[in-house]
Amino acid sequence: MASERVVVVGGGLAGLAASMRLAEAGVSVDLISMVPVKRSHSVCAQGGINSVNTATRELGDSEYLHLDDTVYGGAFLQHQPPVKEMCDWGPRIIDLMDRLGVAFNRTNEGNRDQRRFGGTMYKRTAFAGATTGQQLLYALDEQCRRWEVDGLIRKHEYWEFLGPILDDNGVCRGVVAQDMFRMDIRAFPADAVVMANGGCGLIYGRSTMSLICTGGAAGRCFKAGVKYANGEFIQVHPTAVPGTDKLRLMSESARGEGGRVWVPKKPHDDRDPMSIPEGERYYFLEERYPKYGNLVPRDIATREIFDVCVNQKLSVEQDRLCVYLDLTHLPSSTHKKLEGILAIYEKFQATDPRVKPMKIFPAVHYSMGGLWCDYEKNEQTGGLVLGSPRNHQSNVPGLFVIGEADYQYHGGNRLGANSLLSCIFTGMIVAPSVESYMAALRTRASDMPTSMFDQEQARHKTHCDALISGNGDENPYHIHDELGDSMTRNVTVVRYNKNIEQTLAKIDELDERYKRIRLSDKGNWTNQNLSFSRALGDMLVLARVIARGAMQRDECRGAHYKPDFAITAPDADDPATLRQQAIKWCDAFQASNDQWLKSTVCGYRPDGDHEFGYEEVDTSLVPARPRTYGLKGAEIIEEVWNERMKKKSTESAADTQAVANA
Amino acid sequence: MSKKINVTVKRQDEQNSGSRWEKFSLDYESGMNVTTLLQRIAANPVTVDAGESTPVAYDACCLEEVCGACSMIINGRVRQACSALVDNLLQDRPDQITLEPMTKFPVVRDLLVDRSFMFNGLKKVRAWVPVDGYFDRGPGPKMSPHQQEDQYPLTECMTCGCCVEACPQINDRSSFIGPHAISQAILFNEHPVGQFEEGERMKAITGVGGIGDCGNAQNCVKVCPKNIPLTRSIAKAGKMATKFVFRNFFGT
Repeated sequence: MASERVVVVGGGLAGLAASMRLAEAGVSVDLISMVPVKRSHSVCAQGGINSVNTATRELGDSEYLHLDDTVYGGAFLQHQPPVKEMCDWGPRIIDLMDRLGVAFNRTNEGNRDQRRFGGTMYKRTAFAGATTGQQLLYALDEQCRRWEVDGLIRKHEYWEFLGPILDDNGVCRGVVAQDMFRMDIRAFPADAVVMANGGCGLIYGRSTMSLICTGGAAGRCFKAGVKYANGEFIQVHPTAVPGTDKLRLMSESARGEGGRVWVPKKPHDDRDPMSIPEGERYYFLEERYPKYGNLVPRDIATREIFDVCVNQKLSVEQDRLCVYLDLTHLPSSTHKKLEGILAIYEKFQATDPRVKPMKIFPAVHYSMGGLWCDYEKNEQTGGLVLGSPRNHQSNVPGLFVIGEADYQYHGGNRLGANSLLSCIFTGMIVAPSVESYMAALRTRASDMPTSMFDQEQARHKTHCDALISGNGDENPYHIHDELGDSMTRNVTVVRYNKNIEQTLAKIDELDERYKRIRLSDKGNWTNQNLSFSRALGDMLVLARVIARGAMQRDECRGAHYKPDFAITAPDADDPATLRQQAIKWCDAFQASNDQWLKSTVCGYRPDGDHEFGYEEVDTSLVPARPRTYGLKGAEIIEEVWNERMKKKSTESAADTQAVANA
Repeated sequence: MSKKINVTVKRQDEQNSGSRWEKFSLDYESGMNVTTLLQRIAANPVTVDAGESTPVAYDACCLEEVCGACSMIINGRVRQACSALVDNLLQDRPDQITLEPMTKFPVVRDLLVDRSFMFNGLKKVRAWVPVDGYFDRGPGPKMSPHQQEDQYPLTECMTCGCCVEACPQINDRSSFIGPHAISQAILFNEHPVGQFEEGERMKAITGVGGIGDCGNAQNCVKVCPKNIPLTRSIAKAGKMATKFVFRNFFGT
C-alpha cells in the first residue's frame, strides 16, 4: 500500500507547523507555496504572541481569562471550544517555539520577557524584538528544512494552487497547481489537503498585507464548494503608514510599550509637533478610554482615529488623513525593543520616529472570516476532542483549513498577538485530525483513476489558455484599482447600506469588465501577469461575499460597524433617567444578539447569487455580555445587565426546582 | 505636465536567452519606491522606444523589507526594491533609475532570479535546533539578555542574496557556500541546544566551499540590509574551524 500523502497549501506559520507535525508522524507532505516559504506573509507580524505565563498568573491571570478577553474582544462571534483549546495550548506553544530557538527577548534572570497588547490588562505577549512573526516563521522554516533533508517534506516553491480535486462523491483527493516559472500545470494526488493560504487583503487594493495575500486560493476553494464564513469581518489596523504600493503596519507594540496617539487641538496645526505644548494636544484615546488608554481593541482604536480625522476634521495634515503616534518620550532602551518597526518607519518615511512623532492612519489588516471548518467539542473540558477528524475539516471531506484562511478564532475582531498563536496552534492540531481522517479512509488517492486527475489538470489548462488568449479591452490592473477603491471606501471602518450597495453594483460592473480583460503578457514562461489576472477573478468573487455579508448584517459587532444600527449609549445626568436608558440599551443589545449572534455562512453559486445562511455560535463557556470598553454609561449598563443575568439564573434554577417537584 | 521618471530595465526572456535594455517613462509621485515603479510598468508596459512590451518579471512580497524577496541591482547597487525610495535615487542621479537582476544567481526572467543555492546552503550547515520532537517538554534553555542580543541580529537574515551578490568569492570557479550560510551556522553553534550538532556543521564549514574559500573582502557586511555582523560570524567560524581541525587531527 502506498504511504499516506498530504498536500499543504501555504508555507506561513500555520502551513509550516502542520507540515512539521505531519512529518514528525511519518506522513509525507507536499508543501506548495507561491513564494519560498521563508518569505511568507507571517514575516510581517511584528509585535508578539499571546499566552498566559508565570508572570501574569501571579497577577491572577489564567487560560480562562485569555479565553474571556479573546471572545469579549471578538464580540462573542467565535465558537468557544476551539478558542478555549487555543488559549490552553498557549503556554505550551510558546515553550515549543522557545525550544526551536526563537530569540525571544529576555529578562535579567534569563526568562522570556512579555509586553502588554490591546484588549487585555495582562502582559501576555512574548516577543522577539519587533519582528516576532519573522522569528517564529524562521524557526518553523528551519524545522521543515530539516524534514526536507530527511525526505518527508517535499517543497514546491513558486508553485501556485489552482484548485482542489474532488472525486464523484465530493471527497477531496488532491490539488492542481502551476509552476510559476515554467508554467507547467500538474495534479498532486493526496489523501488529505490542508489549506493554509492566509488572508485576502489585496481585495482592498493596498493593505498591510503582502502581495501574495490575494485570497486567490480561498476563492478557488469557495468555487469548488467549500463554504466561506464571516467574510464581512475584516480587521482594519489602527496604525499603518500610508505608502504608494502598500500600507505598512506600525505594530500595536508601539502602543504596548507606551506610545501615545494624539492630534493637535488646532486642526492641521503646521507647527513642528515637538513644539506643540501638552495643553494643545488632544490624546483622544486616553481621554475617551481611561481604563485601556491607547490599548483599546483594534476596532475601537480604528474608529476613533477615523472619527477624529473625518468627523471632527482634526487630521494632522489637511490633504491627507493621519494622526500622530508618538514614541519620542520613551527611553532609548524601549526604542531598542522596537528597533524593527522604527527602522521600517525611518527607511520608508525618511524621518526618525525616535525624535519626531510618526504619522499613521488605519489600514486593512486581517480577515477574521475565512473558509468554513468544523470542530468537535469535548463535553468534559469544554475544549476540543483532540485528534477528531472534524477539527478544521471543511464541508468538503478531506479538505482542511487552518491559519488566517479559517474563520474559527477571532470572531468579530481579533486581539493583537492572537494571530501568531492561532496560526501555530491550528497547524499543530490539524495534524492529528488529518491522521485520524486518513486512517478511516477506505480508498486512497492512489486508488483513484488517473483520468480524474488528468481531467482536472486539463480543465485548469483550458482556463489558463482562455485567460491568455483573451483579447478584450480591459486592463486587469485598472479593475483591481477600482475594486480596491470601492471596497476601501464602503466596506471598511464605517459601513452604510446605501454605500455597500454601490460597491455591490461596482462589483457587478467589474465582473462584466473582467470577462473582457486582455493580458499584456501572452507568453508561457514566468507569466506573472497571468497569475495576477487569475487571482483578480477570485478577488471579485470574495469581494462579493464580503460586501453581501456586510450588507445583510444590520448590526454593529466588532469590526463591522453600521452607525444606522448602533445602540445609543446612556448619557443622562439624572440617575433615574440614566437607569432607564441603560435598561433600554440592554433590551436593544439583547434583541440584536437574538437576531445576529450567529456566523454568516456563504455557499458559492456560479451566477454570483451566493447562498447566505447563518450558524449558531457556541457561547457555552462565556455567555455573551455587553462589550462596553470605555462606552459612556458602561458602569450602569453592566449593572443592569448583571442584575438581569442574576434574575435569569434564579428563574431557571426555580424552573428546574419546579420540574423536579412536579 | 507632470514630472517623468526614466527607468531602464535589463530584460531577459528566459533562462538561457540573451539580455536587452528597455526604457520606460513613468509619472512621478511623491513617496514612490522601486516596487511601485514596477507595478506601474506592469499596468502599462509601454517602452519609450519600442512601444508595447510585457510587464517586467520581478520578485516581491512583503514590501517592507522583511521577506527578502525583492533584491535586485538598483543604480549599480544591490538592495531591496521596496526600500529603494525614488526621491533618494533621483537625488543621487536625477536622469534615470537603472534596474538589473542580481548576477550571482541564474536569471529566471528579467529581474527574477533563482536563489535555491542559498537555501541549499542552509541545508548543508544544518541551520536548525535539533529538538527531540514537538510534544510538550517545557521551556527552552534560559538565556541572558546579553546572549539574546548577540543572537537576535543573526536571526534576522532573510536570505535575500545581497551578501552573495557582493561576495567576490562566489563565482564560476568557486564553490563557496556564502556569508549567509556561515552566519547561520554560527547562530546555531552558539545556541545552547544547537551546539549539540556543532560537529556536523563544522564538517560543512571546514569542507569544500567552506570558510577556507572566504577571501575576507568584507563586501558582504557592507551590503547587508539588516546590518548583520557577517564578518564577525566569519571570524568566529574561522576560529571554530581551526579548533575543529585541530581536535580532529589529534583525535580528541
